[in-house]
Amino acid sequence: MLRLPRFDFVAPTTVEDALAARAAHGTDAMYVAGGTDLYPNMKRRQQTPRTVISLAGIPTMREIHSSPELGLRIGAGVTLSHLASDPLINEHYPAVARAAGLVSTPPLRNMGTIGGNLLLDTRCNYYDQTYEWRKAIDFCMKKDGEICWVAPSSPRCWAVQSSDGAPVAVALGASVILASATGVRRVPAQDLYYNDGIQYLTKRPDELLVGYILPAIGGWRATYVKLRRRGSFDFPVLGVAARVDFHPDGTVRAARIVLGAIASYPMLVPAAADALVGRPLDAASIADAADAAFRPAQPMDNTDFTLAWRKEMVRVYGGKALEEIKGDVRGGT
Amino acid sequence: MGTNESPFRVIGTPRPKIDAVAKVTGALLFADDLVRPRMLHCKLLRAPHPHALIVGIDTTRAAVLPGVAAVLTGRDLPVPFGILPVSQDEHALCIERVRFVGDGVAAVAAVDEDTALAACELIDVEYEPLRAIASIEDALATREPALHDYGDDANVHKRVALDFGGVDDAMQGADVVREDVFFYEGNTHLAMEQHAALAEWSADGRLTLWSSTQTPHYVHRALSKVLELDPAHVRVIATPNGGGFGGKSDPFGHEIVVAELARRTGRPVKICLTREEVFYCHRGRHPTLMKIKTGLTRDGRILAMDFTSFLDGGAYGSYGVASTYYTGALQTVTYQVPAYRFRGVRVFTNKPPCGPKRGHGTPQPRFALECHLDKIAEQLGVDPAEWRQRILQPPNSVTANWLRIGSMALGHCISTVVQASGWAQKFRQLPFGHGVGIACSSYISGAGLPIYWNNMPHSSVQLKLDRSGGVAAFCGSTDIGQGSDSVLAFCVAEVLGIEPIDIRVVTGDTDLAPVDLGSYSSRVTMMTGHAAIQAAVRARDVLALAVAAKLGVAGDRLTVAGRRVFDAEDPRRSVSFAEAVQIAESGQGAVGTVGSYTPPRSPGRYKGAGVGPSPAYSYSCAVAEVEVEPSTGIVRVPKVWIAHDIGQAINPLLALGQVEGSVYMGLGEALMEEMTYRDAERRMVHHHPSMLEYKTPTTLEMCDVESFLIEEAEPGGPFGAKEVGQGPLLPIPPAVANAVYDAVGVRIDQVPCAPHAVLRALRDKMKGKDGRYGPTRVPDYNFPEASLVRTPAQGGDGREANGRPHDEVGENRESTAGVSTAGVSTAGAPPQEKR
Ligand SMILES: Cc1cc2nc3c(=O)[nH]c(=O)nc-3n(C[C@H](O)[C@H](O)[C@H](O)COP(=O)(O)OP(=O)(O)OC[C@H]3O[C@@H](n4cnc5c(N)ncnc54)[C@H](O)[C@@H]3O)c2cc1C
Ligand code: SF4
Repeated sequence: MLRLPRFDFVAPTTVEDALAARAAHGTDAMYVAGGTDLYPNMKRRQQTPRTVISLAGIPTMREIHSSPELGLRIGAGVTLSHLASDPLINEHYPAVARAAGLVSTPPLRNMGTIGGNLLLDTRCNYYDQTYEWRKAIDFCMKKDGEICWVAPSSPRCWAVQSSDGAPVAVALGASVILASATGVRRVPAQDLYYNDGIQYLTKRPDELLVGYILPAIGGWRATYVKLRRRGSFDFPVLGVAARVDFHPDGTVRAARIVLGAIASYPMLVPAAADALVGRPLDAASIADAADAAFRPAQPMDNTDFTLAWRKEMVRVYGGKALEEIKGDVRGGT
Repeated sequence: MGTNESPFRVIGTPRPKIDAVAKVTGALLFADDLVRPRMLHCKLLRAPHPHALIVGIDTTRAAVLPGVAAVLTGRDLPVPFGILPVSQDEHALCIERVRFVGDGVAAVAAVDEDTALAACELIDVEYEPLRAIASIEDALATREPALHDYGDDANVHKRVALDFGGVDDAMQGADVVREDVFFYEGNTHLAMEQHAALAEWSADGRLTLWSSTQTPHYVHRALSKVLELDPAHVRVIATPNGGGFGGKSDPFGHEIVVAELARRTGRPVKICLTREEVFYCHRGRHPTLMKIKTGLTRDGRILAMDFTSFLDGGAYGSYGVASTYYTGALQTVTYQVPAYRFRGVRVFTNKPPCGPKRGHGTPQPRFALECHLDKIAEQLGVDPAEWRQRILQPPNSVTANWLRIGSMALGHCISTVVQASGWAQKFRQLPFGHGVGIACSSYISGAGLPIYWNNMPHSSVQLKLDRSGGVAAFCGSTDIGQGSDSVLAFCVAEVLGIEPIDIRVVTGDTDLAPVDLGSYSSRVTMMTGHAAIQAAVRARDVLALAVAAKLGVAGDRLTVAGRRVFDAEDPRRSVSFAEAVQIAESGQGAVGTVGSYTPPRSPGRYKGAGVGPSPAYSYSCAVAEVEVEPSTGIVRVPKVWIAHDIGQAINPLLALGQVEGSVYMGLGEALMEEMTYRDAERRMVHHHPSMLEYKTPTTLEMCDVESFLIEEAEPGGPFGAKEVGQGPLLPIPPAVANAVYDAVGVRIDQVPCAPHAVLRALRDKMKGKDGRYGPTRVPDYNFPEASLVRTPAQGGDGREANGRPHDEVGENRESTAGVSTAGVSTAGAPPQEKR
């Protein structure tokens, strides 16, 4: 078995104590929620905090507040299993429930939280490897090394934003609440991410994600479709989240189409939305939107499957997502 | 005897494995569960280069780290080893050269794993990188650098050329000749349990090694050799394996390393490999490029078949010589092939070594053959199931390459799955995107020859009976999860008329039990079964003799059942089993018997005739139903129907488990499993040595399986049984590929059948091109002229016809293992074993 490195473990019971612990231990400290991302990374020495501040013992972070009519506030510590099975979420935000239910496996969803999911480290086949493996290629830019093996002439890292929850949060227009010693701020989910494999978050390391806020329901539908090798375990090699707002006459008023696992951030494709606005959601507009989503997609060779095929699949899965909203099979209200 | 029709009481009845409860409750101890007082932990430092010379190793910093007890490098263990006597090309730790990323270089024993790991980091190794050999083509084209200084040519480990019956002439008479090229990607076993080993020396200087191995006897030999110990003072205990599938059949460096570390430190030393390290042990499926050409008459009779295979062997020999022969051995046992040529070459590349994985060397050619036949059937305009029925190799026959076939129920297998799957209503009739495909196969029930040349039994069983009424059965066989301990108990219980629970099974221990060669080549039920029956019959005779005198009944009237020995004609005259043993003990003293088994001699006498012969061949036929999504190329397999000719199921529950497990493994190979590496610029690192990224099906991808055991007793099998552990894997990849063609009209001549390949073929087809994905050619390789062996039909005698001198000593010795001894050894072979 791979061994965890030694670290100190701090278990605060309030948000204030967590922030204080972070302030006390400084940059060598990291938060952990379910640990399903952080601990494997620590075993592979991708992340090496000296102090780990557990958020699991903070009850307030596991609460769901308010109402779908006003917008729902979900604590960052709510588990993926909870989100996937919560009746309120399933009724009003089925895309959120579905994305949560498509993450990994049941045991990991029982541990994994939505906060950890939104903040998931970016992934790459050259990075998600043991220390010894990475040493054999002299490491890479994201950790301990100089160059990028995926694009050797590139000045940046192309590690993939691989969260199932993130594209949905961006498509829905959710926002996140970040707290630190200096105060609390609310940021649109879309602005939480950078398109850079190393600096993939705009969140400061000391900031705590307290929760996120889903928009009020009414007048829009949304969905999420995921492509992966197997029906369980696997991270997405492509995720398509879409929200479509309708005029009363059924034509599209606005749309947000977001690609996951295609870039280092959940990639909003405005051109795909433009292809829909003012038109009814039908075969022709869907085909145009899917094509518009396909074009800017530039997968790199650092996940499962070949990159050419993954790019092809953007069109297919973009179409699938919109078809689903059109059929209102499982779309939101 | 019971009232039902079966002549058996225990055999043929579904029963849980004898260790089932221990397994599901966690009571069973695997190697890594073992803890000994004062035990140290071992970690290995592994090479970060695919190919490099070791210029220097400095272990001083590691040795002085507090908590470190000993550090080893290759120079401490200079004697080479390897599973086959002809390929003694491994060292416990590399001495001068590393040959793949992950090759072991140094070892540390310390108080805990963390300290051992920290010490590994402190070992300084200076390397001089060499050019890495990346592929089959690369190896054939490159003389320098060569990975090894032995083999049939630079970077060519083994090459074979055999011609049975004169293929070129026979091909001349054909009305139809078809040639196809196929590629089968490498894949690995992925047993749930990682390899682990624990070594301890007794106060009187004897070594015990516990290891998760399938072949304790061969580990015993390698340990004695490398550590230069009297084999009588070495004890190897095979712990219950959490799966093996061929991946634990070689002796491994880490087993030797912990033994040496334990010797030096005077403390027990344990190692448990990480999942990544298990990928580096590998010994899995060889990536194989194949060309097959068949000539037929217009009405579909095969006249000649010409088969060529190129195997990417990875960095070491392992079982590779045998694997190479196996890619050519079994094409002849399913259908009549009057003339057959096989040419094969195995190369060395800078990757973890390939070896035996379930089906050893035969799934690749089987895929090629069965897809090739599907294409021929279409060309001839015949139904592929019905046509196969017409060209079956008959039972009780000898093939062109001199394999003796006994029972053969493949026809029955075909008709069974054709019927059950509704083949006649589905084939070429399902809507676009849905299809069915059929494929057949055969596998050996144990190799006819041992891995090293000897005349001793392949399996032996010793029974001890005592006054308690309990029986202890001792055998060197190893339960790797397949249930061999249970089979041993069932066979003895059947013969002695007692229950499996009455039998204490003592296996996998070289000190306590007589030799069994190991759990490989589907040999254990066949060979241990025979040995167990012989020992048990002898024991029953001892009891009958004693009880006959006591009851005053003639011995041949006595029978056993229900834990009693009784007069068959007057069952009231009886004694309990325990009383029977007491009577025998009182009369003759301690009661113990032995039994053993050696396979019958095969008629083949040519060089290479050692690979392929078996006491019996199992047969399978599968129909796969697939769904192909045309927009993505994604293939799903909702259902497989499979019939397996097993002769007689010793325990149908275990047999069905093996069939379903084989289907699972075959499905993984067919659809997704790939053992692949980055390019040389990226140090040829393994793509994804983890269980997350090495894709294997989950329960969600697993198909429904409808299995049929076809029971037509095999005269050469114990109670009529044949193998079931490996054969049912073989038809799955070609059945899936043939079904994909039926569904969407494209040929994926490559394993795995990845979605991008299907999509590409579909696009090509739409553009009016060939709807095919796969290799188009094999390398130009100058094989030596094939040795001509006249077939039985030509009145041959099993030897080479073109007069190659063949001394009696060397004859027939290129065994399962491709063992060649002095007379026929390969030029420049590495040092032979001393013993
Ligand atoms: C085998 C496997 C398969 C997986 N498959 C998927 C998949 O298909 N889809 C997918 O999306 N994910 C997948 N994951 C990743 C992971 O399990 C989930 O994303 C999970 O939701 C992460 O949540 P967590 O609470 O366990 O995160 P943690 O590991 O606890 O944290 C993840 C990161 O977020 C930070 N963090 C966590 N909570 C907070 C907070 N409140 N404030 C500030 N920082 C915080 C941590 O410091 C860490 O950097 C998989 C993981 C594994 C091991
Ligand atoms: S994209 Fe490049 S730099 Fe980033 S993790 Fe992968 S190899 Fe490293």
